[in-house]
Amino acid sequence: MRELRSAPVPGVANEDHVRGPDDAPLLIEYADFECPFCAALHVRLKQKRLRRVFRHFPVRTSHPRAWPAACAAEAAALQSRFWEMHDLLFADQSRLEDPHLWSLAETLGLDRDRFEEDRRSEHVLARVRRDFESGIRAGVVTTPTVFSSAGMFAGRSAAAAIEELAR
Amino acid sequence: MTAERTDTVIAPGAPAPSFTLRREDGEAFTQSDLHGHTTVLVFYPFAFSPVCTDQLGLYHEVLDDFAARGATLYGVSCDASYSQKAFREKLGVSIEQLSDFEPKGATCRAFGAYHPAGFPQRALVIVGPDGVVKWSYQAASPGDLPGANLIFDGLDA
Repeated sequence: MRELRSAPVPGVANEDHVRGPDDAPLLIEYADFECPFCAALHVRLKQKRLRRVFRHFPVRTSHPRAWPAACAAEAAALQSRFWEMHDLLFADQSRLEDPHLWSLAETLGLDRDRFEEDRRSEHVLARVRRDFESGIRAGVVTTPTVFSSAGMFAGRSAAAAIEELAR
Repeated sequence: MTAERTDTVIAPGAPAPSFTLRREDGEAFTQSDLHGHTTVLVFYPFAFSPVCTDQLGLYHEVLDDFAARGATLYGVSCDASYSQKAFREKLGVSIEQLSDFEPKGATCRAFGAYHPAGFPQRALVIVGPDGVVKWSYQAASPGDLPGANLIFDGLDA
């Protein structure tokens, strides 16, 4: 049985996707690639000096392509191109159907057969689920939700928290 | 006769009150339907409203985990069954909906989960197989969405 009782948000682990200077303020983000507010936050984050951790929090009913997009990003990660795929997915949220994902894989020069196999694999599914479960346990209810040394900030308050953190 | 409660949600240890809700097919769902099962009543303000949409969608993602603990979730609001069904179908969730439409809010009041402005509080009530309230929670404001983690905590309480 999966453990889903309350627990603090996990610190940075080896499996995490991390970007930014080691000495910059740490920001852990729970987001999904079909969420427009997450895309807007991503634009803001790009301009900040932060050490960013991206974790998946896809909810099917709101965003039916969020799970496939998350799995595509993880499949790209297995070919060491997570952040490139992350940026491409957020760059055009109107194109998240399978042919678009194949096209993005080609743009990044990924081995397409391997990408296709990986994004449907149990391993990748479990990886996305791991993030989702840690978010559930930490009390995440919506995207984007960010955690910093100042606490947890959901939805609109995430942007203000980032401004404060990256001052 | 259970006294009306409109201030705070029913406390753990209290027996579930007598009530009648309507299932989507019009059949009654009463106190006796609670016996022998662990039931999570999710009181929510309005079908199709933004936070309620997020709430049912979020809980839907972990429905299997509730089922693995022997718990069944029901959405409870004062909307008519037709509205609840349309809401559930639009969301694509399988959480069964129970209507507190007529007399409006009677069950919400009995559970202490009725907002003075005329809609259910955002509240969660877990009733054990013995018909006794095991855990309850009322959001600080109807606009606050309680995390699914709280329900898992409540199931283990």
